[in-house]
Amino acid sequence: MAFLELSHVEKSYGKGAKAFQVLTDINLQVNKGEFVAIVGYSGAGKTTLISLISGLLKPDKGTVKLNDLEIVEPGPDRAVVFQNYSLLPWMSVYENVYLAVDQVFKNWTAVKKKQHTDDYIKMVNLSAARDKKPSELSGGMRQRVSLARALAMDPQILLMDEPLSALDALTRANLQDEIEKIWREARKTVVLITNDVDEAILLADRIIPLSAGPSATLGPEVMVTIERPRNRKQMNHDPNYKEIRGKVLSFLLGEGAKKRQFVTRRLSLPDIEPEDISQGMPGFSSNRQARRKKEIKEEVVEIDS
Amino acid sequence: MRETKFKLDWLILPLLGIGAFLILWFAFTKTVSPDLPTPGKTWELSKTYITKPFEKRGELDQGILRFTWLSLVMVAKGYAIALILGTPLGFMLGISKTFAKCFDPLIQILRPVSPLAWLPLGFVIFAKAKGNVSEVAALFTIAVCSMWPTVLNTAVGVRSIPQDYLNVAKVLKLSRTKTLFRVLLPATLPYMFTGFRLSLGIAWLVIVAAEMLTGRPGVGGFLWQEYNSNIPEHIILCIITIGVVGFILDRLMSLIEQRFRTA
Ligand SMILES: Nc1ncnc2c1ncn2[C@@H]1O[C@H](COP(=O)(O)OP(=O)(O)OP(=O)(O)O)[C@@H](O)[C@H]1O
Ligand SMILES: [Mg+2]
Repeated sequence: MAFLELSHVEKSYGKGAKAFQVLTDINLQVNKGEFVAIVGYSGAGKTTLISLISGLLKPDKGTVKLNDLEIVEPGPDRAVVFQNYSLLPWMSVYENVYLAVDQVFKNWTAVKKKQHTDDYIKMVNLSAARDKKPSELSGGMRQRVSLARALAMDPQILLMDEPLSALDALTRANLQDEIEKIWREARKTVVLITNDVDEAILLADRIIPLSAGPSATLGPEVMVTIERPRNRKQMNHDPNYKEIRGKVLSFLLGEGAKKRQFVTRRLSLPDIEPEDISQGMPGFSSNRQARRKKEIKEEVVEIDS
Repeated sequence: MRETKFKLDWLILPLLGIGAFLILWFAFTKTVSPDLPTPGKTWELSKTYITKPFEKRGELDQGILRFTWLSLVMVAKGYAIALILGTPLGFMLGISKTFAKCFDPLIQILRPVSPLAWLPLGFVIFAKAKGNVSEVAALFTIAVCSMWPTVLNTAVGVRSIPQDYLNVAKVLKLSRTKTLFRVLLPATLPYMFTGFRLSLGIAWLVIVAAEMLTGRPGVGGFLWQEYNSNIPEHIILCIITIGVVGFILDRLMSLIEQRFRTA
């Protein structure tokens, strides 16, 4: 039995005729202590998938289970590093992290909670910015706060939704190293959403591609067999690296890129009825009826792209 | 060079405007309306009220700041009632769609009703109230009229709280009160203060009308009395006072509002 288990999960937004199917038949198993990366296109439904695991959304069909218990609501045992940081702008770095610590470790003494908060701020190298507001921080710093907040909650599973996508390449590489280091020390179960295959290869034990939407679904998993600690420079020469990268990309660019598109075509069927001569000769009369009945049909066709 | 020119601009240009206005006013008294007192005469008859702003010579013969103070005290009371009632009401409207659907039409109907219409109703409602009926009725009118901007802005503020903040509250499983005080309230504060500022403006408009109708001592009461005693110079004094005080109140509130906007 896997630690986190999604089976036959489906999710659409909207109801009835306007329903928009985002995820179809999602099956995912994550073991305890494992680092899984999900790589997918923008708008494919990655945030939706993370929200289903965190409990912020409920699946239309199928089940999401953590520790064999069905997830029915969000909770601090599943910490989320949100795509857009989601720090509370009226609180300082310290207060943002403390809010989470205070909530999770209710029966700790104030001193202990304070110490714990400061430890995690230090862990992400933000001690100097401890009393600053999020608006005074750079994007990379905000993401570190968000990471510190999630880790300080000591969650059972850490869900990261494109934590580094909004950052420049240098900051991104920096934070990737930090995430790797933190994970090695804390050994949390992690689900990382990303749109960067290299990032996934650097960090994850296993990569699962998500096909393009609508009706996105998970593709075949790829194990990352490269030894840890992984080094960005050396990795490029690893024969495994090319193979892993090739496998993920071939799904994403090939089968997984297929947007299931539908077009509605108006079809005019051939007119086989004879001309109706009882209508009289074609003349100048303006209210003359059409003499041929055309059969017009609408047809929905799935196209390959 | 440019610096000094700019510095003078903010002082000279408004003075120029006021000067032009005084000249127009003077010309007006000499041509169209001989009954309108000239600026000079207005100053002549008003200066004791301004130079001795805190003197009390009689119930309706007091220094202008003393009157202003009396009016401000009334406004403060009525405004406080408006905020105490309006803020929670706005929150409820913002949080609950059902609540909003129930009461939104009612609010839209009550909102445009003039203070002149509420005041008599206040007298009826509080006719048997202990204490000063005219005071209670005036407070009622101020509260009922000035509450709406607070109600509506708070509701809009609550509705426009980003989903991200609510998600944080949900993932952390904050209790209801914690969600309210640590997330909802701080996120709504900038909107609330916009409402508070607009409400104060209305409260100040209403107090003048309420005083005129009730004859309570205050800037508005004084204005009405001086109209009845046929001293138009004092009417002008009152109008200028009302304008200046309203302007200062608005400035103060927007300073506070600014602080929350950047937070
Ligand atoms: N609340 C919603 N209501 C309706 N449609 C939604 C909603 N949220 C997302 N969608 C749609 O669902 C699809 C998937 O959205 P989602 O945010 O999960 O994508 P994503 O993979 O996280 O994208 P990105 O890479 O841009 O973050 C999108 O087409 C989006 O328009
Ligand atoms: Mg997303």
